[in-house]
Amino acid sequence: MQQKDVLPMKAEEADKRLAAKPVISGAEAVIRSLIAEGVDTIFGYPGGAIMPIYDALYDFQDKVHHILVRHEQGATHAAQGYARSSGRTGVAFATSGPGATNLVTGLADAYMDSTPMVCITGQVGAALLGTDAFQETDVIGITMPITKWNIQVTRQEDIPGAIAKAFYIARSGRPGPVLVDITKNAQFGEFEYEYIPCTAIRSYQPVPQLNQDAVTAAAAVINEAKKPFLLVGHGVLLSGAEKALIALAEKAQIPMASTLLGLSAVPVDHPLYVGMLGMHGNYGPNVLTGECDTLIAVGMRFDDRVTGDVESYANKAKVIHIEIDAAEINKIIKADVALHADAKTALEALLEEVNPASHEEWLAEFQAAHQKEYDKVQHRELYPEAGELKMAEVIRLISEKTKGEAVLVTDVGQHQMVASRYYRFKNPNTNITSGGMGTMGFSLPAAMGAKMGTPEKEVVAIIGDGCFQMTLQELGTIYQSKIGVKIVILNNNFLGMVRQWQQLFFDKRYSSTEMVNPDFVQIAKGFYIPGKKITAREDISAAIDEMLAHNGAYLLEVVVEKEDNVFPMVPAGAPIANIRLE
Amino acid sequence: MQKEYTVTVYTEDRIGITNRITIIFTRRGINITSLTTAETEIPGVYKFIITVMSTREKLDKVVGQIERLIEIHRAFVHEEEEVVYQELALYKISTRSLDTGDIERLIRENQARILTITADYFVIEKTGHQQELTDFIKKLEPYGLIEYSKSGRVAIVKWSRRFHEHLKELQAVPES
Repeated sequence: MQQKDVLPMKAEEADKRLAAKPVISGAEAVIRSLIAEGVDTIFGYPGGAIMPIYDALYDFQDKVHHILVRHEQGATHAAQGYARSSGRTGVAFATSGPGATNLVTGLADAYMDSTPMVCITGQVGAALLGTDAFQETDVIGITMPITKWNIQVTRQEDIPGAIAKAFYIARSGRPGPVLVDITKNAQFGEFEYEYIPCTAIRSYQPVPQLNQDAVTAAAAVINEAKKPFLLVGHGVLLSGAEKALIALAEKAQIPMASTLLGLSAVPVDHPLYVGMLGMHGNYGPNVLTGECDTLIAVGMRFDDRVTGDVESYANKAKVIHIEIDAAEINKIIKADVALHADAKTALEALLEEVNPASHEEWLAEFQAAHQKEYDKVQHRELYPEAGELKMAEVIRLISEKTKGEAVLVTDVGQHQMVASRYYRFKNPNTNITSGGMGTMGFSLPAAMGAKMGTPEKEVVAIIGDGCFQMTLQELGTIYQSKIGVKIVILNNNFLGMVRQWQQLFFDKRYSSTEMVNPDFVQIAKGFYIPGKKITAREDISAAIDEMLAHNGAYLLEVVVEKEDNVFPMVPAGAPIANIRLE
Repeated sequence: MQKEYTVTVYTEDRIGITNRITIIFTRRGINITSLTTAETEIPGVYKFIITVMSTREKLDKVVGQIERLIEIHRAFVHEEEEVVYQELALYKISTRSLDTGDIERLIRENQARILTITADYFVIEKTGHQQELTDFIKKLEPYGLIEYSKSGRVAIVKWSRRFHEHLKELQAVPES
């Protein structure tokens, strides 16, 4: 038997080896297939059932960068952050059993938020399947409802085909997570390797054919509209439709509002951009949804956090729904004109047929609503002069100092809503957050992934004290892999959003929401990450400057108002026009 | 309004596809009352025939979500009058009953037939709609019914010609 190299292969040796078409192990086929798909970064955690794949990876360290996370959930969120910032497919590795089950939260999150991700799990040998073997779990069964597709591979010769399909499915159409479970015998077994990328699956049509009649019908509705309103969803970013969207809005002078995941598709300072939709969105867009006569929803799915009570939602409007996933059309809100299509294709076609128009009075209604919200809520949130520090002023300063150009990765809760409301996004794909699932603990690993995906950009994670403690072990990954993310903890010593609900809807019975927190700066120090804790208003600006100037990871803890609330707010299930400003 | 519907689903031949389809009914709390599946005339393409009690609105959404699955060709909801359907039942009767009465006339009159006869029992086969098949049980009971077994629904859709032409074209396309 040939003696194994102790050192990893150099790039040129790896290139030579990749060029050949030899007989190799299934494990090596996994790595070669990933390289063939252009994968340069993998987030993962080794273990017994995936060891052959990790062994094969050892030879290709110059080609593929493996980031050793501290928990498999972190690998999935990192892969999500990588995918969302870079537009490529994120990749995560885990072993069988507990490794695989730890992927579940991230898979479900990626499924809800349409994030392209390929997870590869090791599995016990095929002969042991179904016997309750050590670390055997039916990961295919478990992940069936939360993946776009999954497959178990038990024969080495099926590995390249499965990976090719996985990538094709993950990134095409409405993107989503895919899981490939590979038994240990298939990883060890050898075969003659060949990689053929997947370009079609006969039962799957990812990009629907645009129906020109529907485009004409939609354009006719828009041309008749007195009060048209554009809703910008995640689909706009996923299809790269930002320019077409803005061109359409400008041509017909249509106000645009964004869903949580649609944020950053339109620059916040665009004159037609009127804010965020939904439960903690802006006052104008929510109230005026009830007033518009034409609602053009692009790449969004009418989540209950956006619609509130569906019976009273957009009652005066004809609804035009542009959506790539047919199952979303008419699922929640009935469309008068449905454009089952890729957002960019549909918007470009609509742009041709829509007439120039101006809707000055209608736009003025949004401006008036904005002024009302600004006077009642925003001004005192953004520019407080006394009292404890407010989350909003911290976000305002970060926004100003990063010129709205940072990739903002937020966790889940009050800080997420405040950051989404007040960060002034300038460029597409700079808002990364857990929308549909609302996964606490998302942002620290997602920020790591985002930085790996777009190292040239400043990545700032905004995290609540509760969220931080769900995945803080990833500080170890950040240190080991030298990932230069900026971490801002907005600490109110509460699970703030739950506390807000308890205050408003449960008679201030603060059941299990107060947190006794550790010394976060000291914890960061333990991971060799410098940091600072700020409690006074006069120190915050300099502290943010210091954080941004620091070369490498940095943790800034800001102690904020303990019982601050996020307003406006639509109570769950209420009509969105009932949005409360206080 | 809730009533009985037939849902047909055309799928690729993949391990776990039944699970993927049924999960979608489960999530919406719809009980599947019968499920039949077999390969179609197109090799590698399977047809699921599912009967459920539900509303049209709910099922239209379920079908959309089923079609979202990668290995599904198409899924349809059918009203009662859109399908020609049959079910098949087998009845095991004690052989002694052949001596005592006019069971053979009963079998003929109900368009049933005897499949097999042993010393202890014989098996009758009958196709029809569910109600006919269960009514036939009552008629057989006096003769000593030992066991009864019934299939799920097998259905042909009256308007499905164009879709089947599409399926036939798939024969030329490799599976992936």
